[in-house]
Amino acid sequence: MENSKLAYTKENVYENVRINDSTFKIVIKGKFEGTPGQFYMLRAWAGEPLLSRPISIHNLYGDRIEFMYQVVGEGTGILKKLKPGDEIELTGPLGNGFDVSVIKGKVAVVAGGIGTAPMSYLVKSLEGAEVTAYYGFRDQVYCLDEIKDSVKELNVSTEDGSTGHKGYVTDMLDPGLYDMVLCCGPEVMMKKVVDMCLAKNVDIYVSMEKHMACGIGACLVCTCRTRSGNKRTCKDGPVFRGADLIF
Amino acid sequence: MLKVEICGIEFKNPVIAASGTFGFGEEYGNIYDVSKLGGISSKGLTLNPKEGNNGLRVFETRAGMMNSVGLQNPGVDGFIKNELVKMKELDTVVIANLGGGTMEEYLKGVEKLSNSEVDMIELNISCPNVKSGGMAFGIKSDVAYEVVSEVKKICRKPLIVKLSPNAEDIVDMAFKCCEAGADSISLVNTFKAMAIDINRRKPVFENITAGLSGPAIKPVALRMVYEVAKAVDVPVIGLGGIVSAKDAIEFIMAGATAVQVGTANFMKPDICLDIIEGIEEFMKKENIRDLKEITGCI
Repeated sequence: MENSKLAYTKENVYENVRINDSTFKIVIKGKFEGTPGQFYMLRAWAGEPLLSRPISIHNLYGDRIEFMYQVVGEGTGILKKLKPGDEIELTGPLGNGFDVSVIKGKVAVVAGGIGTAPMSYLVKSLEGAEVTAYYGFRDQVYCLDEIKDSVKELNVSTEDGSTGHKGYVTDMLDPGLYDMVLCCGPEVMMKKVVDMCLAKNVDIYVSMEKHMACGIGACLVCTCRTRSGNKRTCKDGPVFRGADLIF
Repeated sequence: MLKVEICGIEFKNPVIAASGTFGFGEEYGNIYDVSKLGGISSKGLTLNPKEGNNGLRVFETRAGMMNSVGLQNPGVDGFIKNELVKMKELDTVVIANLGGGTMEEYLKGVEKLSNSEVDMIELNISCPNVKSGGMAFGIKSDVAYEVVSEVKKICRKPLIVKLSPNAEDIVDMAFKCCEAGADSISLVNTFKAMAIDINRRKPVFENITAGLSGPAIKPVALRMVYEVAKAVDVPVIGLGGIVSAKDAIEFIMAGATAVQVGTANFMKPDICLDIIEGIEEFMKKENIRDLKEITGCI
């Protein structure tokens, strides 16, 4: 993806919406760049913690950008407490994103937990494809309402059975029905989906997540092992061809 | 006003991007004009390309981070053919940082870089010495002395030797490297450190130890720069946890002619510009016309 739009800016939180106890969505008003699958480095603190946090673009509209995140540690713990008007620094857009131009035909979008967040933007951008979504969660579900009008079918699973199929998202998926699968979620889930797709010779792209420092491709700490060598998740990824990855 | 000179090379200001965090300047160059920097020290090179370490490569700590990248780099030939070409298009001092696993690798690397367009070579002696079971070259002064003196025989660029803070005696190390012919000393590299995952009951890093950097190390790095600057006659380049102009000025007052900024780049991508601006503001406020007036003034 081209870098001419990459920028570091100081913005203000417009809204910080509670989705559930550990899932929040920050809305920032303004004109932003980004394609589905790209992310921004977010920072709403001075020195501590040291590193900014990479969060995928959840939605991008002409007048605002949205980031949905799970509260897992110190950085996201601070994001959770942000109020309208609070300052937040953005570096981005970063990463390669999904190549929407090659996503055609019958497409399965398979996502788990917070991995559903970047899929909202992706699904809304897939005009040339027939999309079936498979979303899996532990218990609480989210991101369903906003994609249901953009997909042919939405299949939901929860581990506790509270919504939809009781079990895993991979229980519901037959990759053989599709021309292409797009996947984002826990690595253990993505590895399983990749194996299922490769067994049926179906093309699959996954969005990887790694701890990052610079986020822009300079420091080499976010490496992803692939069959063509070590790649930078933040710059050569986060979207990789499933067949190339070495999990 | 901000100009400094090291080994006959003029830096427009004393702020150099440290090796390892900055690649070869291209990525940060997409965010700001990196020609505004005094210099850029390249990602650590080795004679041959390296893939780097498997497993986790970064772990955040209080006021810092640990890294175990393992010197992933395109190799000296790859650098000269590709990355160096782009670096030379910048209007800033180009420093090639070179590591090695054996004396031979250092010598071959220095030979190639001496024939290239780099302005200076920064010798990274924090690398594990393959022949001594992995102990870094920069731990024992006489081992470092040997490497530097052999390198100096064939090096045709100004030679900066970058010290490891894990040296048995950092002042003796600096002294011996100067005796061996170092034209300048830069310090410090990362501190050998560790973290344990109590749930997996294993070290966080596959390699067990990793390098600690960031604000956490600054007070120790500053003390080392101060002690070394007092002991040697060559220009000293100070680094270790600098995240502000105030930090940079502390290092300059401790004796550093120039400073390097590494981990701070992760806190704010254009932090080096803030630091350069801040040094200038301080000089104006304090009526300092030349940094020599405060270099080593402590």
